Amino acid sequence: MMEPLATPAHYLVLSAIIFCIGALGMVVRRNLIVMFMSVELMLNAANLAFIALANRLGNMDGQTIVFFVMTVAAAEAAIGLAVILALFRNKPTVQADEIGLLKW
Amino acid sequence: MVETQHIAEQTAVAASFLRYIPLAPLLAAAIHMTFGARAGRPFVNVIACAAVALSFIFSCRAVLELAQAGGGTFLLDPVYTWIDAGGLTVDLAFRIDQLSAVMCMIVTGVGFLIHVYSTGYMSHDADFARFFGYLNLFTASMLVLVLGDSLPVMFVGWEGVGLCSYLLIGFWYEDPAKASAGKKAFVVNRVGDAGFLLGMFVLFWAGAESGHASLRFADVNALAPGLSAGVAALAAALLFVGATGKSAQIPLFVWLPDAMAGPTPVSALIHAATMVTAGIYMVARLNVLYLAAPGVMEVVATIGGLTAFGAATVAIVQNDIKKVLAYSTVSQLGYMFLALGVGAFGAALFHVMTHAFFKALLFLGAGSVIHALHEEQDIRNMGGLRAKMPITWITFAVGTAAIAGVPGLSGFFSKDEILASTFDSGHWKLWALGVLTAGMTAFYMTRLFVLTFQGEYRGKREKYEAAEESPLTMTSALIVLAVLAAAGGYLGVPEVLGGSNFFAHYLEPVIGHHALHMGHADEIAVMLISVVVGLGGIVIAYRLYANGPGPDATFAVSGRGLHGTLGNAYYLDTAYDRFVVGGIGALAQVLWRFVDVVVIDGIANGIGRATAALGGSWRHWSTGNVQHYAFSILVGVAVLMLAVALGVAR
Repeated sequence: MMEPLATPAHYLVLSAIIFCIGALGMVVRRNLIVMFMSVELMLNAANLAFIALANRLGNMDGQTIVFFVMTVAAAEAAIGLAVILALFRNKPTVQADEIGLLKW
Repeated sequence: MVETQHIAEQTAVAASFLRYIPLAPLLAAAIHMTFGARAGRPFVNVIACAAVALSFIFSCRAVLELAQAGGGTFLLDPVYTWIDAGGLTVDLAFRIDQLSAVMCMIVTGVGFLIHVYSTGYMSHDADFARFFGYLNLFTASMLVLVLGDSLPVMFVGWEGVGLCSYLLIGFWYEDPAKASAGKKAFVVNRVGDAGFLLGMFVLFWAGAESGHASLRFADVNALAPGLSAGVAALAAALLFVGATGKSAQIPLFVWLPDAMAGPTPVSALIHAATMVTAGIYMVARLNVLYLAAPGVMEVVATIGGLTAFGAATVAIVQNDIKKVLAYSTVSQLGYMFLALGVGAFGAALFHVMTHAFFKALLFLGAGSVIHALHEEQDIRNMGGLRAKMPITWITFAVGTAAIAGVPGLSGFFSKDEILASTFDSGHWKLWALGVLTAGMTAFYMTRLFVLTFQGEYRGKREKYEAAEESPLTMTSALIVLAVLAAAGGYLGVPEVLGGSNFFAHYLEPVIGHHALHMGHADEIAVMLISVVVGLGGIVIAYRLYANGPGPDATFAVSGRGLHGTLGNAYYLDTAYDRFVVGGIGALAQVLWRFVDVVVIDGIANGIGRATAALGGSWRHWSTGNVQHYAFSILVGVAVLMLAVALGVAR
């Protein structure tokens, strides 16, 4: 029996890479839409880790949680996009550093 | 030396009608103040007088029942238990014994006449309902004061009359001078009231120490002989401070002359006949306590004598008709305290009664003059009113003669009894002061009378032409009071003149027996001296002032410093303004500028500033940029993970 091409370790490393891309994107990119997509990346990186470990451990809990995460991500997408739209109506920009009224 | 026979234990007889004596005017006051103005002038006039008349009738009934009940009893009406706290029980109870009976008759009798007079005096004032509301409320308070069976109930009346006095002095409150005169009376009285309260606390404490805390007069007087000299003196002295406030004695008399800003019937009722005698009544009521504090008695006598003399000297140079009478009242109250101080409680009460008659008469007569001359009060602008106002003139003459001590009239008997008692008790200097005061009293009253009624009119001609005798409501009160002022003294004719001194014997169950030690010849001699001095004062004043107030100008020039000093009542008001009011003002400035602004505000603002400073260094972390927040979260997560990885946290 051939060893699978990808072991759980590969998936976990990939997940970590994706998560770091997302986190980095979240911090460095100023466009709200891109930041938003970065959040999605981080969520899906977490999903990938869950799936890989669930498969490895033969435990369904990890797969169940993924569904919850996707549900939350969908809701978050709806609300997040609505917030961005509302912001855009008030101020014609989607640059995060130009929206900074709520400060000291 | 004071010698008073011990007072026998008295038993109470229930008389539930006593509560109606103060209740009637109280209800009337409520009626006036709620719908008096809408109900109209005749309604208010009738209710006001009828309420006091009702009180008078109940008072008469009380006096009769007291006489029927026989010796050693008093009438008691315990309405309900007012305070029941710890070891102290105070009933709202009213008491009629011989002492409160006399006061009750004076308050309701003279009060009724003054209410009738007021219906005439206030007939042009738009605010009649408020006036009679206050006046009836005053009468109710005064009756609570004299009928109360315990110190707290008396204190309710004591405060009530003070309040009404304030309200009535400032009755014409649109005039700032009058409003501030009312305030002054209230504030000065508060000083005295504080003394009264503290005295009451001392008595309560002393009673609790001895196992029976009670503030009923009977219990206080039973407790007093057993008190240590210091405690008795402290309580008596503190209560006397209250008396100096209410009864206008040195050093708290300054409010009474200013109190003349009120309508004249108010001056007659409150500031001459009734309220100002409250202090004398209180001391007489607690006579056993005062006898247990001989040192305080000396103080009372000295203050009384000095007040009598000092106020009389001031009265000599006053030109306002009401100011003369006001200082005269202070002076006569001084006589009463002199009598109390030498242990002649009966003589003091006798003078309270005769003074109520003749001083009410004089004030109402002055009111009649002021009314006729449309608010003219300066006697330099009067004169010759005898032809215009015959009834006022003749009744005023009776009042003047009575206060001057003309033999046969009421003032003669009561003042003589005081002077005889003072002489008899060995207070030579105070007696001499009293005789001198008697001479000055005769002098300034004759001056007032002559300048007002005799000679030629000196003011504006048209005012004189328009002047006419006051209406019947006013003159009838004058006539009745003139009869009382003339004949009231016959209740207390001394034995040396063939009388039985009925008045003093009547009061004996409450204040004990007080007998003179000196022989009849001495008593006659003492009497003759004061009569001669009094008549001398009358003759001198009459001759001096028959042609107008010229001698005053001469005196003002020749004795300039003295004239100014007397005219300004020894500058006591100025001194109070500078030292007391000024001192309190300076203290208030310190409290404001240092304690409030620096300390209190400093603490409050300091806490705020410290918090702001602390926050100021941290708040710039809140940039408003989401990405910074996201970065913070990231760093936080990283730190936490690192901590877990290194085993620092689990």
